[in-house]
Amino acid sequence: MLQKKIIESCLLLVLSMASGAAIAATPGASMLANTCAGCHGTNGVSSGPAAPTIAGFSNDYFIGVMQQFKNAEIPSTIMTRIAKGYTDEEIKLMAKHFSEMEFKRKPQQFDAKKAAFGKRLHNKYCEKCHENGGRKSEDDAGILAGQWAPYLNNAMNDYTSGDREMHKKMKKKVDALQKDHGDAGLDALINFYASQK
Amino acid sequence: MSKLNRRKFLSLTGGALATTLLGFPMLSMASKKRVVIVGGGIGGATAAKYLRMMDSSINVTLIEPNSNYFTCFMSNEVLGGGRNLDSLKFNYAGLKKHGVEVVHDLVTGIDPVAKKVSIKSGKSMPYDACIVSPGVDFIWEAIEGHSAAVAETVPHAWKAGAQTATLKKQIMGMRDGGTLVIVSPPNPFRCPPGPYERASQIAWYLKNNKPKSKIIILDNKPAFSKMGLFTAGWEKYYGYNSANSMIEWVSGDAGGTVASLDAKNMTVATDVADFKADVLNIIPAQKAGKIAFTAGLVNESGWCPVNQRTFESSKHKDIYVIGDSSVASPLPKSGYSANSEAKVCAAAIAASLNGKESPEPSLVNTCYSIIMPDDAISVAMVYRMGPDGKIIKVAGSGGLTPADASEEMRKREVGYAHSWFNNITDDVFG
Ligand SMILES: Cc1cc2nc3c(=O)[nH]c(=O)nc-3n(C[C@H](O)[C@H](O)[C@H](O)COP(=O)(O)OP(=O)(O)OC[C@H]3O[C@@H](n4cnc5c(N)ncnc54)[C@H](O)[C@@H]3O)c2cc1C
Ligand code: HEC
Ligand code: HEC
Repeated sequence: MLQKKIIESCLLLVLSMASGAAIAATPGASMLANTCAGCHGTNGVSSGPAAPTIAGFSNDYFIGVMQQFKNAEIPSTIMTRIAKGYTDEEIKLMAKHFSEMEFKRKPQQFDAKKAAFGKRLHNKYCEKCHENGGRKSEDDAGILAGQWAPYLNNAMNDYTSGDREMHKKMKKKVDALQKDHGDAGLDALINFYASQK
Repeated sequence: MSKLNRRKFLSLTGGALATTLLGFPMLSMASKKRVVIVGGGIGGATAAKYLRMMDSSINVTLIEPNSNYFTCFMSNEVLGGGRNLDSLKFNYAGLKKHGVEVVHDLVTGIDPVAKKVSIKSGKSMPYDACIVSPGVDFIWEAIEGHSAAVAETVPHAWKAGAQTATLKKQIMGMRDGGTLVIVSPPNPFRCPPGPYERASQIAWYLKNNKPKSKIIILDNKPAFSKMGLFTAGWEKYYGYNSANSMIEWVSGDAGGTVASLDAKNMTVATDVADFKADVLNIIPAQKAGKIAFTAGLVNESGWCPVNQRTFESSKHKDIYVIGDSSVASPLPKSGYSANSEAKVCAAAIAASLNGKESPEPSLVNTCYSIIMPDDAISVAMVYRMGPDGKIIKVAGSGGLTPADASEEMRKREVGYAHSWFNNITDDVFG
């Protein structure tokens, strides 16, 4: 296992060095990832109250979201300024690094009643893509279960205001949710994700 | 993987691999190496933890006189009333869990030839590599009439803890209509936006409790960090630039350079005028921590020149200087910088102790400033090695909170600033 990891990262490193040689050597994955810890926590696990945990995301989701930050395609307070500091190669290295870290869930406050209602809503509107109660990040959908509630709230506000473009099918579901349950529905969902241990 | 295999693998793949190997613990093959760290602040504690995470075969001893560390960051929020001093207090239990040996003592000397650190209680400790992160010391003599003794009653609050408590008490005790004078230090100094965040936080407290009061910032500088964002914030909340502005900033050009202090009469004199204060907060000019001078690590600037790839001192081999004391520019003297430098330095030492080349560095700095409870601004930058062995900014990255950021985004920055505090303190001490 270890050997496999080493060979993989070695190949990645050699590849990235070959492509980036003209500029400068590419730092290793853990060197790059260590720079994020001040805001996202050691190994990408955030202590909150708002900054998201970034451990355990799929490669696809991580690369996608970093590229969108880099191109200022999703609203951000600071990540666009940070993401612009890294090459595509470096983003790939970090994606792999963080995908191998565990998304640890820290306790946060939630309203149990809302969370129970949120669970039903999740199953109806969101589970199809955010599988296993929003815990899974095997494709490109990120992790919702146990993510910090203020962050999810910001993300949902950006989606519903149109500042962050939604996956077409997700938009259909979110529109339906809002039509059926309004802001209370979204609030219940966020309480559900916050309740996940 | 067996040892033999691993060695063969290493020799086959060459030095470049060292970088990736550092991510994995327990790969060191050499006998126990000793790293002694001077100072358990942001730089020193981070280096201790990350050295152990990178190679748990290394013996790491951290020497720090205090059993608690109070962060400077967020101490301005204590002055503004947004948090209490206890929330800034951290201890060394977390580092011990990582296998760091913590010794509460003061380092009195470092012998670069015998490779030994001596401590106040008389012992001396051998090292293979020594990391020095003693923070800053003050240049009292820059202002006539100032001294460490005077600072007991005219607090700097530029090292947190008792000093923060003193300043807070004085602000709480000030009459409505009083004048608070902040003397901002000359460049370079720890936390460039700090004095102006402090003025914002105190203004918030005064606005809500003693609205007739005034803050005067005396500066020797013509401009300051995040100036446009700060002054716009002051206009919005504190009447800046209006007839009854709560904050007044006097630049060096306008006579803000303080030459002397009359502590008894709570008066500071600049070349242009005398300023009498009800509360006086002098942030003195700064230099590297005292031990850096004792150990011969400073140059004529009063700071410690280093190889910016490894943070090894340019003065003495096998001694490394990180944090505020080092010359790490273009990185500013900040906690985020100290944390980032510590990891680069730890990786370089772990590599060197394993006979490998130092890995390619990557660094970040960020500094949040909270102007009032719903409004924060930030500055950020990503750094890498330049072609001539000096750290450079990555072109296109970083910069300030955009001037046109919405109220909603500025409010989000408050939550993210508090998250940054929780995460960096956990990354350093947890
Ligand atoms: C008001 C204020 C606000 C700030 N806000 C921010 C912010 O928002 N963001 C940010 O990134 N930074 C901020 N900073 C800056 C940050 O606090 C410093 O840059 C950071 O602490 C530097 O780390 P250091 O390791 O160099 O020094 P320190 O953290 O000061 O640690 C030095 C340690 O060394 C010990 N020591 C000294 N001499 C010896 C000796 N001889 N033997 C043994 N131990 C010794 C000291 O006891 C101390 O614990 C702020 C600073 C201030 C004053
Ligand atoms: C100064 C603090 C800071 C630093 C440093 C930082 N981040 Fe972020 N990050 C944030 C904030 C805040 C957000 C939320 C979006 C925003 O407002 O910018 C975020 C969001 C993210 C997200 C999106 C999470 C999700 O669920 O979609 C990813 C991925 C991410 N950061 C990765 C990184 C990586 C990788 C690094 C290091 C190279 C890094 N960040 C460094 C503050 C930071
Ligand atoms: C058709 C699939 C699909 C459905 C249904 C769906 N999503 Fe998503 N969701 C995605 C994908 C893909 C992403 C990845 C990012 C993007 O495309 O914006 C995502 C991202 C998100 C994010 C951002 C995560 C982050 O870390 O920033 C949130 C929050 C979210 N979805 C919430 C929901 C909620 C709540 C529902 C149910 C009301 C829902 N989604 C339904 C596919 C879906």
